[in-house]
Order: sequence, then structure tokens, then C-alpha cells
Amino acid sequence: MTYLTKPHLHHPTLTRNKVGYTRRDYEGKISTLCAGCGHDSISAAIIQACWELDIEPHRVAKMSGIGCSSKTPDYFLGASHGFNTVHGRMPSVLTGANLANRDLLYLGISGDGDSASIGLGQFANAMRRGVRMAYIVENNGVYGLTKGQFSATADRGSKSKKGVINKESAVDLVGIALQLGATYVGRSFSGDKEQLVPLIKGALGHGGAAFIDVISPCVTFNNHSGSTKSYDYVREHNEAVNRIDFMVTHSEITTSYAPGEVTDVPQHDGSMLRLRKLHADYDPTDRLAAMNYMNERHSFGEVLTGLLYVDSHASDLHSALNTSRIPLNALGVKELTPGSAVLEKINAGLR
Amino acid sequence: MRPTDTSNPDYFHRVVDCQWACPAHTPVPEYIRMIGQGRYADAYMVNWVSNVFPGILGRTCDRPCEPACRRGRVEENNGQKAEPVAICRLKRVAADMKGDVKARMPTIVPFNGKRVACVGAGPASLTVARDLAPLGYEVTVFDGEAKAGGFIRSQIPRFRLPESVIDEETGYIFDLGVKFRHGERVDSMRELLTRHYDAVFVGCGAPRGRNLDIPGRQEAAENIHIGIDWLASVSFGHITEIAPRVIVLGGGNTAMDCCRSARRLGGSDVKVIVRSGFDEMKASPWEKEDAQHEGIPILNFHVPLRFEHESGKLTGMSFDVVKAEYDKNGKRTLVSTGQPEVFVACDVVLIAVGQENAFPWIEVETGIAFDHWGLPVLNEHSFQSTRPEVFFGGDSAFGPKNIITAVAHGHGAAISIDRFLNKQDVNQRPAPHVTISSQKMGIHEWSYDNAISDDHRFKVPWAKAETALANIRVEVELGFDAATAFKEANRCLNCDVQTVFTRETCIECDACVDICPVDSITFTTNGDEGDLRKRLKAPTLNLAQSLYVSAELKTGKIMVKDEDVCLHCGLCAERCPTGAWDMRKFLLITSQAGNARLGGKVKEPA
Ligand SMILES: Cc1cc2nc3c(=O)[nH]c(=O)nc-3n(C[C@H](O)[C@H](O)[C@H](O)COP(=O)(O)OP(=O)(O)OC[C@H]3O[C@@H](n4cnc5c(N)ncnc54)[C@H](O)[C@@H]3O)c2cc1C
Ligand SMILES: Cc1ncc(C[n+]2csc(CCOP(=O)(O)OP(=O)(O)O)c2C)c(N)n1
Ligand code: SF4
Ligand code: SF4
Ligand code: SF4
Ligand SMILES: [Mg+2]
Repeated sequence: MTYLTKPHLHHPTLTRNKVGYTRRDYEGKISTLCAGCGHDSISAAIIQACWELDIEPHRVAKMSGIGCSSKTPDYFLGASHGFNTVHGRMPSVLTGANLANRDLLYLGISGDGDSASIGLGQFANAMRRGVRMAYIVENNGVYGLTKGQFSATADRGSKSKKGVINKESAVDLVGIALQLGATYVGRSFSGDKEQLVPLIKGALGHGGAAFIDVISPCVTFNNHSGSTKSYDYVREHNEAVNRIDFMVTHSEITTSYAPGEVTDVPQHDGSMLRLRKLHADYDPTDRLAAMNYMNERHSFGEVLTGLLYVDSHASDLHSALNTSRIPLNALGVKELTPGSAVLEKINAGLR
Repeated sequence: MRPTDTSNPDYFHRVVDCQWACPAHTPVPEYIRMIGQGRYADAYMVNWVSNVFPGILGRTCDRPCEPACRRGRVEENNGQKAEPVAICRLKRVAADMKGDVKARMPTIVPFNGKRVACVGAGPASLTVARDLAPLGYEVTVFDGEAKAGGFIRSQIPRFRLPESVIDEETGYIFDLGVKFRHGERVDSMRELLTRHYDAVFVGCGAPRGRNLDIPGRQEAAENIHIGIDWLASVSFGHITEIAPRVIVLGGGNTAMDCCRSARRLGGSDVKVIVRSGFDEMKASPWEKEDAQHEGIPILNFHVPLRFEHESGKLTGMSFDVVKAEYDKNGKRTLVSTGQPEVFVACDVVLIAVGQENAFPWIEVETGIAFDHWGLPVLNEHSFQSTRPEVFFGGDSAFGPKNIITAVAHGHGAAISIDRFLNKQDVNQRPAPHVTISSQKMGIHEWSYDNAISDDHRFKVPWAKAETALANIRVEVELGFDAATAFKEANRCLNCDVQTVFTRETCIECDACVDICPVDSITFTTNGDEGDLRKRLKAPTLNLAQSLYVSAELKTGKIMVKDEDVCLHCGLCAERCPTGAWDMRKFLLITSQAGNARLGGKVKEPA
């Protein structure tokens, strides 16, 4: 880690976005993670994405569990709301917050231990319920914070730093998310910001449960030759199925592509994701086909990345439950305590 | 681009903007750190080795280092509030607080059998003397004046530079056994060459003030003075007062010294009147500010037409009001606005419109050639004239400049003289002495203070206006106290602590890119420089600063670092998991006579 606060001086040309902030305004405290940790690159990608989206920092709630990955919300969006919850419990705390105030943008940050080991149930149910959020797992295959034990996403046959072989099969978070109904599913690599930043932007603009599995090497415990989550391994096996070229409103699209080369996917906020295909036969709007394709490619040892699945007609928990349009903290006493007559009516309906 | 060759001393030297800009290449950040540590005497000696007159320069230097200082490119609201480190005034702190440094000075050595004469006792000659005396040369300095210092003594007013400082710093040179033949003007080079000197250095300055020959000049001559002559008379106490209404003509530093001196000798209504626009005036911005601060108006775009007089008694001057027009090539001409002439009443005019070189004492038959501007024909690197044993430097070499340039010439000429007298080729110039050493002490500990100060430049306190204007010998600037000097020293970015990249250990994790506060680092595919400059994380603004480029990395990309606004904060090195970045102090000391080093390369530690 570094002991200094990051200098306030910045590049002379640093520009302000539409809401008046520079990219540096989206930073948080200086990171205390190990030098070279992939998680820090993901933080940088989140900072870049929020700046590019002209997000007002106070409109974001960042939630996390426990782990090196879950510490990172302290290192970005210093002016946003945050809740560093209990190990594996980020999804339920976030769900509660989301139900209380649907006007905020929810960013859930977790680790592979946090989401695939202790928090697997929480993760699965948040996907199932369609909680509107950008759920990012910073996946390094180990419990970084507790000194590098294998996590549930470690591939069978991969080796620990000490040389121990992992005999258990891996939890495939992307597969589970797809199966349980997440409506925006992506995978990326901390070392590829060109891919990661647009993926995060798309997730933040998505109208339902958006999940991104970001492979993020743990330089200290899992960046050796027997690892399948090292910088070298991921670079060698990375296969991007597509690239999000940009995200704009329809009228702004100017670049032209040959037919079949791109897919335009409308987002709920009126913006458009333009996907440039890298695998011609991959269709990210067909859930079943996507799952099959992924399984097949996985068996060849490929790590598929890109926007793997997107449903542009996504809906979320609020519409399913028909909840109040207005955040609870903005309702008046009259709405929140409608009186004994209303209570009577509800009770009667339950008898 | 090809991978950067950091073994060329110029590469890292250029990154140290201030040192690169200093004509004598003073290792600025090295001494600023020492000031921050309270090591004033050490800081003084680092300066003394490079620039010979730290106390004098700490008050008067033209400070080309400051406009170059990186701090001026990176502070908040860059360009508006951004201010360089007060390099010059920190130098003064070292001089003011150093205590006794006599024991640190070189000692007198036995005569080596060679004699050198220096004409003039200005900074150029004194530097030659300082560099050669410790090598055993017998150096004799001639000057028509009674005391040494040249224009430093005769021109720079006492309120900017107390005489005690001149005495002290010229004294260190004479303590080395240099002979001073004061009051002895050299009237004939031919004759000087017949005396038994093995080499002659001419450091006679540019002693003639330019006149302004317009109507009325002759008639009203009694109340019209050439600025530099008048300043010399003031310095030597021959002139102690001036009439109330004074016009100073000219926009250079001499004009500023004239007007501020006049204010102190009884001039209550002093004006500076200049042909050009205010912004194009030759005086440094701070000198213009200082003059205005003392209540002296500056009238620009006024071209003098006539000195007005009543039967020989000056009454004022008439001016044509002009404006600047620029042609397609940006060349400026001043054209009359057609407005009526402006008359400005006055009692005295000081003409400060430039200086000229004059060598009436150098005879044609000496074989020393002059060009059609009247300047000696010299080799610009060796300072050798067309007569091999005669060298020039300072204002006499290439026209009027400043003290630090005179010093730099003096060092260069001393090297030439030493080589010449040792039968070596004077055209072969020695390389600087360079060392580079890692500053790493622990995992995140460096032997330099890498925290970046947010302080704005501190102002040097001034004496009260009433006291300062009442007496020309009262020094206006009081200098920083130790506490302020510490804070100002902390503003320095340590640009000499270089970011050194080792391609072999980089794993391309992007940690340095993410942490860099000024977006200096990019990993991208190679291209030519113009193309690369367009593809960096932040736009490149300053083409004078290089791109630091690595060879190809594992993924086929290269590392490109724009040196321009790097804060030298070391965070890239702190965040690098493999130590591919290291912070290494680059110390460059220019060669001087006697320690010249040929063909030097920067050696990287193993
Ligand atoms: C008014 C004024 C203010 C200035 N202020 C500054 C300032 O603040 N900062 C700065 O950096 N520069 C300043 N300068 C410029 C600076 O003084 C000169 O550039 C510098 O002194 C040049 O040094 P030099 O060694 O070439 O010669 P000089 O300093 O000019 O010294 C030449 C010496 O040679 C002597 N000499 C000349 N001919 C002979 C001869 N034939 N025989 C014997 N002796 C001879 C002269 O008497 C003189 O003492 C100023 C100049 C002027 C006019
Ligand atoms: C309830 C509970 N059980 C166990 C722990 C110990 N613990 C802390 S972090 C962690 C694993 C974190 O792994 P991961 O989410 O992958 O984060 P990483 O550090 O790898 O980024 C564990 C088991 C805990 N803090 N709380
Ligand atoms: S232990 Fe691993 S995951 Fe945790 S900060 Fe260090 S490198 Fe990152
Ligand atoms: S910041 Fe310091 S080292 Fe850098 S240019 Fe300025 S004075 Fe020199
Ligand atoms: S020292 Fe490194 S991190 Fe600091 S400004 Fe320079 S390149 Fe950036
Ligand atoms: Mg983990």
C-alpha cells in the first residue's frame, strides 16, 4: 500500500463532464490494496465509467461485503453513499436499500469468496428477484484478504501458490446468473479497460439485475504459473465475443457497420448499446444459445468475455412487487401512516 | 518510436526543467532539498560550485529557471494561478543562513607555471579566475574600477543588492590567490599580449549606453543622462540626488533600475516611457511589478520625438502615440495613431534604451577579428577568438545578457584555457558528470520527500515602503525566514528524481496508469512520435518534453510516459508490484576546468 494521499494536482487538460466534475472527482481514498492488485484497475474503470456517464456522485449507493474486493468502494466515488456490510450479505442489504429508495443507482461490489462461497445464496436470490443494480464480482479465485485460500470459483486442477491442487469443481457465477434470470450478464478482465469500462456503463444504465464477473488477478496469492486467474493465463485464454463500442441515444449513432456486424440493444433509459460482434455466430440476446455456447467454449479452455447476455425488456423487483414510485424517505406522514381505517381494510383483506 | 536511450545524459537532464534552463546548469532540486533539510551551507556550496555567486544571484538573477519550472505547469487552474518554485529566492536563503563557509573553499595550490590575464573584474572574468586558480594557474584580473564585480557593483542598485554581499563573494575568489590589479584599465591589447601571459580572457562587458539622437539632445544635454553611466555614478556615490520630475526612456531592466533609483534620490514624479507595448517590454515581469508597486507609472506606445527646452533648459519631451501592427509573418511595426503629440513635462531624462559593445583598446594587428556588429568572431562553444590564446566571455562575447550567462561563459572559457594550455583540442568539449541512484529505502519509503505540497508560492516580505524609498541603500526584499523557506522548498517536485522503467519486470497490470495523478503513463501499441502523442491517456501539451518509451512488452504494447507534467511523486513505483518502476536521483554536474570528463554516459546501477 501507499501511505501518501494522492496528490491533488492533476493534468492541466483534465475536463469536466456535464455535471461539472473531473474524472479525479470520482476517486476515493488512496487504495490500501497490494500494489498491482487487479481490483484497483476495476476501481479505475468504475471511476472512468461514472465520469463518462455524467453521474452525480450523490445519486450512487455503493455496497459491498467483506474481502479485498469489498474494501474497494472506499477507493472510488468518495462522495457517494456507501455500506460495507457483512461477509456475503451485500445483496440483501442492497435489496433493502433499493426497495426503500429506487431513485439511486445501485452498485454492488463483491468478491468470489463473498459471492460464490459464503454469499452464494444471497447472490442467487438477488439475480432471481431482478434487483436493479450493477453487481460486480472481482474474481481472483482466492480469498485474498485471508491470505489466499482457494475460493469457490477456483478452477478444478488449478494450483495454489504453495503448489496444492484444487480438487473441487468451480462455481460458475456467470452460468448461475444466466440461469436465474439476470437480464444483463458480462464477463471481463481487470487488465482490459477498453472492454470493462463500456460494460460497466451498460450495467449502470440497465433496467434490471446486471451482473459482471471481472477476472481480477490477486498478485500476491494467485498470479503464478499454476493459476487460471493470473495476468498471463487470462491474457492467453481470453476470447472476447463482442465489444460494446458505445452507448448513446439512437439519434447520435453515426458510425456505420456492415449488416450483421453489429447488434443495437436499446436500454431502459432510452440509450442504446451498440455491440460489435467478434464471434459471428454469437447472439447475446438469446439466453439458451448463449449458455450453450459458453459451456462449449469453456470446455476448450477459453475464457469468454464481453457482453454475454442482455435482455432489453428487462424489468425489476419494483415492477414485480408494484411498490411505491416515490422513495420512502420522500413520502409524507400521511402516506406512511394512512390511519386505522386503511389498516382495517388491509387486515380484512388478509382474513 | 525506438526505446528511449537514457544513457544519454541529456535525456534525464531535460526532465529537470530548471537545471536544463539554467545557463550554468545548477543542480536546483539538489540544493532545494538541502534547504528543506536546513543544510544551508551544503546548499550554498552546491550553488557556489555551479554559479560562483549564490548570494548575488539569489537577489538578482534573471532566473531563466523559473519560467521553465514544472510547478508552473501543474498547479491548480494551470496557467492562471500556477506559479513556479521561488528558486532564486531560495538560493538567497542558502546564502543568508549558511554561516561561515571559508573552510569549505578550495585551498591555494602551488604555481603550475602558467599565467592567465583577465580583462575586467565582472562575473565572467571572476569565474575564469575561480576555476583556474585552484589548478595552480596564476590569474591576474585587471579592471579600471577600484573594486571588483563589474556591472554587479557599478550598475545593480544597492536596494536590490547590498555591497557587503558583493564584497563577500568576490572575496572568496581573491582568497584563492587571484591577483587583482584594480584601477588598471587595459588600454592596449597589443601591449598586454607582450607581457608574459600564456592566455588572455576578455571579460570587459558591454560598457557603452546607447544614446538617443533626436532634436534637443545637444541643447538640453545638461539634464539628459545615459542610464548606465548615471547608475554607476549613483553606485559610487557621485550622484546623491535628482530633480523631482524624471522621465526614464526604455523598457528594459536598466530602465527599471533607473526609475526605482530616481524615486529614492528625490524623484517624486518618475515615469517610465517606452516605445513598445507593456507586454513586449524587455524587463522581467517582476521588475515591472516592483516599479509599479513603488508608484512609478509606465506609459507604453510612446515614441520620443523631441527633447523640449527653453534656451537649453530641459522642460519636457514630446511623443508620438503609436500602435502595434503585425504583418503576415507576425513581424511587428509601430505605426502612428495620428493622435496629437503628447507632451510630458520633466526636469531630467534618463536614457535607458540599450547597451553596446566597444573594444577601442583591441588593435586590428592583434589578429582578433570582429564581425559587422562589432562583436568578436568566436567559436561559440570554446569562446576562442581568432587569436588562439585570447578568449572572450560574458557581455563582451555575444552582447549584453546577464550574470548567470556570464558565469556559464566563464566556466566554458576556463575549460578551453586549461585545455589550450595543456595542448589539448579546445573544440572537444567535456561531458557532464552524472550519477543516478535509487532512492528506495523500504517498501514505500524513499530517501526524498515524495509528498506533493499544495501550497501556493510564498511571497518574499518587503521592507516598509517609507523606509525603502527614503534610502537607496536599504535593501527592499527581506528574504524568506527559515520556516517559509522550508515550505517554499517543499513546493519543489524533485524533478531530478527520475522515474526509471525496467521493461523486463513489467507485468502490464496497469497499476501505475491507474494511480498516476497526472495521467502520464500509457500502455499502447507503438507508432511514430506524432502518432503516439495523439494516443496517450492525456493530451500532450509540451513538445519540449520527451516521451519515455520502452521496448515491446509481452502483450506487444509499449510503455509510453509523457515526461511533461510528471510530479515525481513516486506513486507509480509504489504501486508497481514488481519494482518495474524505480525512483532514481539523477545528479548532473557540468564539467569544469580540471575535472573535465570526456564522452560520459549515464550509468544505471546494476
Ligand atoms: C542597470 C543594469 C542592471 C542589471 N541588472 C542585472 C540583474 O539584476 N541580473 C542580472 O543577471 N544581470 C543584470 N545586468 C546585466 C549584468 O550586469 C551583466 O550582464 C554582467 O555583469 C556581465 O558580466 P561581464 O563579466 O561580462 O562584464 P561586466 O559585469 O560588465 O564587467 C566588465 C568589467 O570590465 C571592466 N573593463 C571594461 N573594459 C576594460 C578594460 N579595457 N580594462 C580593464 N577593465 C575593463 C569594467 O570596468 C567592468 O568592471 C544588469 C545590467 C545593467 C546595465
Ligand atoms: C462471516 C465471516 N466469515 C469469514 C470471514 C473471513 N473472511 C474475510 S474475507 C474472506 C474471503 C474474501 O474473499 P473474496 O470475497 O474472494 O475477496 P478477495 O479478498 O479475494 O477480494 C473471508 C473468508 C469473515 N470476515 N466473516
Ligand atoms: S491479497 Fe490479493 S486480492 Fe488482496 S489486495 Fe493483495 S493482491 Fe489484491
Ligand atoms: S519543481 Fe523543483 S525540480 Fe522541478 S523544475 Fe521546479 S524547481 Fe526544478
Ligand atoms: S512519479 Fe509516477 S505516478 Fe507520480 S506523476 Fe510521475 S509518472 Fe505519475
Ligand atoms: Mg477473491
